[in-house]
Amino acid sequence: MSVRVYDLAHARAGDKGNTSNISVTAYDQAGFDVLRRELTAEVVLAHFRHLGAGPVRRYELPQLRALNFVIENALGGGVTRSLAIDPHGKSLSALMLTIAVPGHNEGA
Amino acid sequence: MAKDRIRIGCGAGFADDRIPPGVEIVEKGDLDYLAMECLAERTIARETLDKKKDPTKGYTPVLLERMEAILPPALKRGIKVVTNMGAANPMGAAQAVRQHAKAWGCPDYRCAVVVGDEVSDLMRQHPELALMEDGAPLESLLPKMASANAYLGADVVARGFATGADLVITGRVADPALFLGPMLHAFGWSYDDYDRLARGTLAGHLLECSGQLTGGCFADPGKKEVEDLAGLGYPLADVWADGRVEVSKTPGSGGRLDVATCTEQLLYEMHDPSAYITPDCVLDASGVTFEQVARDRVALHGAKGKPRTPTLKVVVGYFDGYMGSGEMGFAGVNAVARAKLGIEVVKERLRRRGLTYEEMRIDLIGMNSLHANDWNAVPEPYEVRLRIAARTPDKKAAEAVGAEVRSLHMQGPTGAGGGINFGAKQILAVKSVLIPRAWVTPEIVMEQAA
Repeated sequence: MSVRVYDLAHARAGDKGNTSNISVTAYDQAGFDVLRRELTAEVVLAHFRHLGAGPVRRYELPQLRALNFVIENALGGGVTRSLAIDPHGKSLSALMLTIAVPGHNEGA
Repeated sequence: MAKDRIRIGCGAGFADDRIPPGVEIVEKGDLDYLAMECLAERTIARETLDKKKDPTKGYTPVLLERMEAILPPALKRGIKVVTNMGAANPMGAAQAVRQHAKAWGCPDYRCAVVVGDEVSDLMRQHPELALMEDGAPLESLLPKMASANAYLGADVVARGFATGADLVITGRVADPALFLGPMLHAFGWSYDDYDRLARGTLAGHLLECSGQLTGGCFADPGKKEVEDLAGLGYPLADVWADGRVEVSKTPGSGGRLDVATCTEQLLYEMHDPSAYITPDCVLDASGVTFEQVARDRVALHGAKGKPRTPTLKVVVGYFDGYMGSGEMGFAGVNAVARAKLGIEVVKERLRRRGLTYEEMRIDLIGMNSLHANDWNAVPEPYEVRLRIAARTPDKKAAEAVGAEVRSLHMQGPTGAGGGINFGAKQILAVKSVLIPRAWVTPEIVMEQAA
């Protein structure tokens, strides 16, 4: 059974230059365990590559049940010169939450 | 007598941030200090251009409107105020406020101005500096440079308050430093007191985007609720001399402040949590925890500090051509096919006019404009808006984009409605370099009542 990141966590996107960072914070420990195992930098890159994005780095903050993804080249050349309607990529947190990962009963 | 605890509120988190919650926190927050952060990365470039046109301008355009609302109630309560609304002209900002202050009922106050962040001459003297973004030499940007400002630290804010000032106006100062400055002033923390600098910097980082700590950028109906989002209150921090920090928000205001909102804001615009570099310290937030100590009140734990770096970051604003854009709406049967025909018509008309673009972006709003997915892979909505945006060094070519889109009203597919020509905007882009700290010598200048 797959589960959406949306069902396990909340997210916020920030911008610096042409880099977007998106935090993913799990609602509970079980959800964090799934995300830590399944929501790898590679999985995230696969869902952002069509934006021209990459590479992706992942930082873990287990005490906050949070992951922080730093996604380079995700903002159309950078906030100040991007042609995108959302140059800051504020809405990219919602794209992160659409990713489906294998759920609680798999992979362990 | 030195206080053991100070309370710092946030009165604004970006230039055009909402003013009423700023007034509310002044009136009800029982504050000692109020900080207002109003400078995005590139706004100072625009304000540098304003100053070139009119030497009395160059401060944040909303300065007087915001100060008229904030300054009188702040001074009345003895709240000291710091803001970076000086932008490209901090002294001009101070003088503009003074001109109006008497009429606002503020005849007497002391204002200190921080100058010295402007470093465009230094940039011209050092074309060999490498751009942080791509390693290319700064030289390539110099002919197109519009502004160059170094991010100053909290020490200049503290020096401003040390003059006895009620109001400190700065240009470019690191956002968290606007909040750390009052702590340095009130408690005399030194620059080798790394963990206290880290705690204060963490507090500033959490507060500097105003409502983003208190339930803004958070609500998701049915999933994550925020009580009275319309009445969202701004955040404040209680800081003790020993470095303890608790964050809260205006009593009685709407919104929420809890571990979840703090976690989201901690990681906002943060890359490596173990090395968040500011002019004042390198914050290691990798072990930070949040403790809900009361409703809408959270204690911060676990921030560690490392020494500040020997360099300061300079943001260089430069001209990067023009962007033209326009939109047109379609609805009902076959709406998406008509929008796609409109796109082809505009592209062909621009091509036949001999206009070329560095980059063109085409969106179908309602299908793929935000996440840039394949529009053939999403269901067709009842209505859709086409959007075309393009970048070019040629202003006339940029202007043609929105004009051709809007012409679809009369010379495009059937039923094209709600067209908008956004015209051509000059693009002010930014890149960064690092410079040795010693190259910059900020000064505190008292603004004198005329």
